Amino acid sequence: MTAIYLDNNATTKVDRAVVDAMIPYFLEQYGNPSSIHSFADGVAKGLKHARQHVQALIGCEHDSEIIFTSCGTEANTTAILSAIKAQPNKKEIITTTVEHPAILAVCEALEKDGYTIHRMPVDRAGRLNLDAYKKLLSDHVALVTVMWANNETGTIFPVAAMAELAHAAGVMFHTDAVQAVGKIPMMLQDTKIDMLSISGHKLHAPKGIGVLYLRRGTRYRPLLRGGHQERGRRAGTENTAAIIGLGKACELALEHIEYENTHVKAMRDRLERGITEQISHCFITGDMNNRLPNTTDIAFEYIEGEAILMLLNKAGIAASSGSACTSGSLEPSHVMRAMDIPYTAAHGTIRFSFSRYNTLHEVDEVLKVMPSVVATLRKLSPYWEGEGPVVHPEQAFKPTFA
Amino acid sequence: MWDYSDKVKEHFFNPKNAGAVVNANATGEVGSISCGDALRLTLKVDENTEIILDAGFQTFGCGSAIASSSVLTEIIKGMTIDEALNVTNQDIANHLEGLPPEKMHCSVMGREALHAAIANYRGEEWQDDHEEGALICKCFAIDAVMIEEMVWANKLRTVEDVTNFTKAGGGCASCHEDIEAILEKVLAEKGEKFDYDAAPTKPAVTPEVKLPLTNLQRIKKIEQVLDSLRPSLMADGGDVELVEVIGNTAYVNMTGACNGCQMAAMTIAGIQQRLMEVLGEFIKVVPASEMSKLVSIGA
Repeated sequence: MTAIYLDNNATTKVDRAVVDAMIPYFLEQYGNPSSIHSFADGVAKGLKHARQHVQALIGCEHDSEIIFTSCGTEANTTAILSAIKAQPNKKEIITTTVEHPAILAVCEALEKDGYTIHRMPVDRAGRLNLDAYKKLLSDHVALVTVMWANNETGTIFPVAAMAELAHAAGVMFHTDAVQAVGKIPMMLQDTKIDMLSISGHKLHAPKGIGVLYLRRGTRYRPLLRGGHQERGRRAGTENTAAIIGLGKACELALEHIEYENTHVKAMRDRLERGITEQISHCFITGDMNNRLPNTTDIAFEYIEGEAILMLLNKAGIAASSGSACTSGSLEPSHVMRAMDIPYTAAHGTIRFSFSRYNTLHEVDEVLKVMPSVVATLRKLSPYWEGEGPVVHPEQAFKPTFA
Repeated sequence: MWDYSDKVKEHFFNPKNAGAVVNANATGEVGSISCGDALRLTLKVDENTEIILDAGFQTFGCGSAIASSSVLTEIIKGMTIDEALNVTNQDIANHLEGLPPEKMHCSVMGREALHAAIANYRGEEWQDDHEEGALICKCFAIDAVMIEEMVWANKLRTVEDVTNFTKAGGGCASCHEDIEAILEKVLAEKGEKFDYDAAPTKPAVTPEVKLPLTNLQRIKKIEQVLDSLRPSLMADGGDVELVEVIGNTAYVNMTGACNGCQMAAMTIAGIQQRLMEVLGEFIKVVPASEMSKLVSIGA
């Protein structure tokens, strides 16, 4: 059996067409784009085309609003640090409790420097309270940074509406859209979003390339200085081949955006239905009615995620988990905690994330394996007995915690 | 994914003694707060001989938690409960051919479940004797709680002090920022300010201990511990010899199959862990080959 890859929110396979587009920029057009000779004379044009493909995918007004970075994390850090440096008198930042660490860790570091960080909570379905958000907006706020879609549950935040509110209050708005770009249609020129982060490897481009979208006229301070590249907004010799690859990937993503929201979504829905019908005591986390089409995050109660992943891996299936034990830090998923998912379920969450490379046949293969994986581990669980959980599981098993 | 040993995988994919023991007369239920894993260990103990006749586990946890539980039941079956009490978490980890530093707490959880079960058998109340925190130093598996306690107890001021007392930060050094944050926090609690430029305030080799051992007492105890470990080393065709003890540093020769073995560093770490547990003080175990450097520096 060939292995089944359902971990596309972690990273994706580079599309063959993307690799093919990149190769000449390693072997032939490898000159520095700043040089004036035949090894570089096609590069500037290539970069321009790539920029236009990114522009088309996110629907922004000008291609000069695209700044290539080394990754999504760099785009996020640049956006936050730029906002506070450009507005030195504003000492507050609004974000959410469920952001990616690339946002949360930067905010935490700024907190130590005296900034006030407002971390908006979410409800059990992972949704924000917009009334509470409105109350936080003020002249003291340098930046609102809110993810477009959550990497674990796929839950989509109303960033367009939130950007309108921020704009009305005179507050800059950034969104970490690394999970959303290429999966849902967007038209940035119709929004008030000032900055947006993209990560190439989430949409079949290689790792090591990202984008910061910067709306024309937005006050900005570069993170890296020392060169004229990206109009002086991001110094450092361009990663030309990767930029070309990202351009190609964006072109393909735009072509497939309908497929993503029909066929890919159908595969996700079929897996979800099959699992919840066959397996008792499991449930889908996040906002069921407002999610990315490719993502499902399912909590299997009374068992632990890493153990599930190890058994799935043995069966040739790749997924990921919000369990504490799968992260390098051992911290349980802050997203699951923020949604107040009970601990006996939060540890058993498995995220399946699809791409256009997956097939319905693969979904059926996973459905064949999943029930026995869950049953095997429940047999070992102190919360489980026979066909179901023990009566009052939380009372029947009360370990002393160290 | 973690880089698990084949032994961990073997015990995870084919766990031994899964499920509760029928007619068990000892039960221990413990969990590890740092990852949410939890374990119920049930034992059938012969009341005359105090031999553990049967052991079973039920675990809510990750691959290494299940493997640690499984191997624990294999280790203790047939032991008397006094023998079983001498099983350390390092023994559990060694039987699994090692655990990633982030996962050592799974073996600690195993040992605690065992102690809890034996306390239960004896009609005693088991008190947890350690608290776990976020893992700070991945090279030596030292967590935040351990560092905080040492900073409090020994009036540590600098990262170098922390390294001298706990080993934390003595390896790849990438956790120094986190250690500084702990120093800052604890010193602030004491109403002091962390000085980034301060020189280490404590001599590196003689940390204070509450009941200091004389060197002779220390050497005797170290010999006892090494004797107790010798059978398992010899089973693998190796041996260990104590060469010298200077301050809190024990210099040893790994001989036989242990000499030059890839696992020697891990074995030494295991010996050190056991020594610290038995002696109740910080002991650094160093290959005797390192001693010549020390002497030449001193000369």
